[in-house]
Amino acid sequence: MTAIAVPTITTPAPSGHRLRWTLADITTVTWRNLLAYTRIPEALFFSTLQPIMFVLLFRYVFGGAIPIPGGVPYVDYMMPGIFVQTVMFGAVSTSVGLAEDLQKGLIERFRALPMARSAVLAGRTSADLVRNVFVVIIMTGVAYAVGFRIGDGGPAYILGALILLAFAYSMSWGFAAIGLAAPNSETAQVMAFPILMPLTFASTAFVPIQSMPGWLQGFVRHQPVSVVVDGARSLMVGGFYHSSSSVWYALLWIAGLLLALVPIGIWRYRKIK
Amino acid sequence: MSNYSSFAVEAHDLVKVFPRGNVRALDGVSLQVEQGTVLGLLGPNGAGKTTAVRILSTILRPDSGYASILGHDVAKEAETVRRIIGLAGQYAAVDENLTGRENIRMVGRLSHMSWKASRVRATELLENFGLTDAGDRVLKTYSGGMRRRLDLAAALVARPPVLFLDEPTTGLDPQSRQDLWGVIEGLVAGGTTVLLTTQYLEEADRLARNIIVVDHGRVIAEGTPATLKANLGTSVVAVTLSDNDAARRAARLVSSLSDHDPIVDHNTVELTVEDGPKVGAEVLRTLDAAQVAIAGLALREPSLDDVFLSLTGHKSEAETEAERSARMRKGAKHRGIEPEADGRDAA
Repeated sequence: MTAIAVPTITTPAPSGHRLRWTLADITTVTWRNLLAYTRIPEALFFSTLQPIMFVLLFRYVFGGAIPIPGGVPYVDYMMPGIFVQTVMFGAVSTSVGLAEDLQKGLIERFRALPMARSAVLAGRTSADLVRNVFVVIIMTGVAYAVGFRIGDGGPAYILGALILLAFAYSMSWGFAAIGLAAPNSETAQVMAFPILMPLTFASTAFVPIQSMPGWLQGFVRHQPVSVVVDGARSLMVGGFYHSSSSVWYALLWIAGLLLALVPIGIWRYRKIK
Repeated sequence: MSNYSSFAVEAHDLVKVFPRGNVRALDGVSLQVEQGTVLGLLGPNGAGKTTAVRILSTILRPDSGYASILGHDVAKEAETVRRIIGLAGQYAAVDENLTGRENIRMVGRLSHMSWKASRVRATELLENFGLTDAGDRVLKTYSGGMRRRLDLAAALVARPPVLFLDEPTTGLDPQSRQDLWGVIEGLVAGGTTVLLTTQYLEEADRLARNIIVVDHGRVIAEGTPATLKANLGTSVVAVTLSDNDAARRAARLVSSLSDHDPIVDHNTVELTVEDGPKVGAEVLRTLDAAQVAIAGLALREPSLDDVFLSLTGHKSEAETEAERSARMRKGAKHRGIEPEADGRDAA
C-alpha cells in the first residue's frame, strides 16, 4: 500500500462560514438519508402501497357507511384525512431510522466529526419532507383515479397540501425525539404507535365529529390532527367545508408544534450518552 | 495551538461515572501519547478503554479531569479537536445502505471538504485499502474485514494527525488482521499519532511503542512492551502433564522454584522465572523425584498475555459481567459481528 496519509496539521477554522457549513451539513445528511431510501426498494414500494390500500379501503369499504354533512362525496371528504394519516404513519420511519443510526454507531461517528450538531436531525427531517412531497403527489394521482375532484381550484389545493407538509415536518421532529429516546429500532416503532393511533383516528380525518360522543368531541375538535385536516379540507375541498378560521387555527398549531418539538428533538440529541 | 505540549494526546486524571449501575468506568486515568507513535490501551472488556476513547474524541464529557489533543482542550475546544482527529469505532460505524464510495464522500463533506476534494479522496482511499472494485457496492455486501477497512478509510478522509482506533481488529480473521496492521504501520510511518485499544496483546506488542494496561477504570501498568515483559521475569517454563489433576499436583511441587505463583491451565503449568534453563532442569528433577509423568516441557519468552494475566488476575479474553450486561442493553445488533474466516475479502 502506498503512502496513505501525510498528516497536515489543523485545517483553518471556518469562523465566518458557520451558517454556510451548517446548511452544507444539513444537505449532506439529507442526501444520505434520501439515498438510503432508494437503496431499499422494497420499503419504498410497500410504504407507497400502504396509503393506496387505505384510499381503496375507505373509498369502497367504509366510505359508504359514513354519512357526512355538506353534500360532498365521501371521497372528497376523506382525502385530506388520508394525506394526514399517510404522513403520520410515514413519520414512524423517522423514529426507526434514527434509532437505527444510534444503534449502529453512525451517530457516534457524526459526533466526532466537525459537522454542525443540528445537521443530523435537520437532515433527517428534511429528507422526510422531500419524501412527503412525493407521497402527496402520488396520492393526488390515486385520489383522482378513485373519483376525487379538487373543489376550490389548483392554488387552494396546493396551499392545503403545503399545510399538510408543514404539519408532517413538525411531527418529524417529535418522532425524531422518540427515535433518539428508544433503546433500539424495534422499540422505537412500538413507542411511536400509542401517540400515532389516537391522534390519527380519534380525529376528523375519516368521520365527522357529530358522530362521536360528546365527551370525545372536545378532544377531537382541538387536537392537532383534526385541526390540520379541517384546515386542509377547507382549502382542498372548499364549499361547505370552507372556513378561513380553521386554516389559521391549523397554522397556529403547526407553529406551536415546531416551537415545542424542534427544541425537544435537539435536547434529546444532546442527551445521547 | 493554545498551549504547546510535546505530546499529541494527553489526559490527566480522567473520571467518568455512569449513573446507571453506578459504574466507575474511569477512575482517574492519565496517559500521554508521543507524536508519531502508537499507544496501546490494553484491558479486558469493561475496563474503560472505550470510555477513554469516547472522552478523547469529544463524544463524552468527563466528570472530572482534563484531556487535550495537540494542545487543544477536548471539552473547551471540541470543534477544533474534531477537525484534527479520526475515529474508527469498535462497531464499524458506517452506513450500510450507502456504497463504500458514498460513505467516504459523506464523511469528507461532513469534515468540510469540497465535493471535488471528497470525490478525489474517496477514489484514493478506496485504492489504498484495496476496495476499488467494491467501492460502488452497497456496504451490506461487504465482509467483516472489508467493512473494517472502510471504517478506517472513513476515519482518514480529512488526513487527521491523530487517530483513535477502538478495537480495530476485534472479530477479524488472522489475514484481515495482518492487513489492517500493515495499514496502521504505514500511517505511523507517515507521522500519524495513534491511540489503539485492543484486547489482543499480540496486536499491542506489534504496533505499540508504549502500552497502558487498564482494569476497572484504573491504570495498573504502563511502559514499553519490553519493560512490561521484563518486569515479569525473563522466561516462562511450561510443563504439560497427562491430565488436569497431575497439573495441579505438579504446580504445588514446583511453586517454590519461582517468585511468581505457577499458573495452571487445564493440563499445563507455567512458571515465570529469571533463569529458564536452570529452573527447567530443576522442574524436571522435582517432578521426576515425585514420580509425576511429564508429557512435554517448553521454555519461552514471556508474552504480553503473561503480563496481562499476572497484572489483572484474569485472561485478556475474559469478559466481565458489567460489560456483558452493557452489551445486552445496547441490543442484539452489536452482537452480530462474527469472526470472518471465509475469505470473502478476496472477492
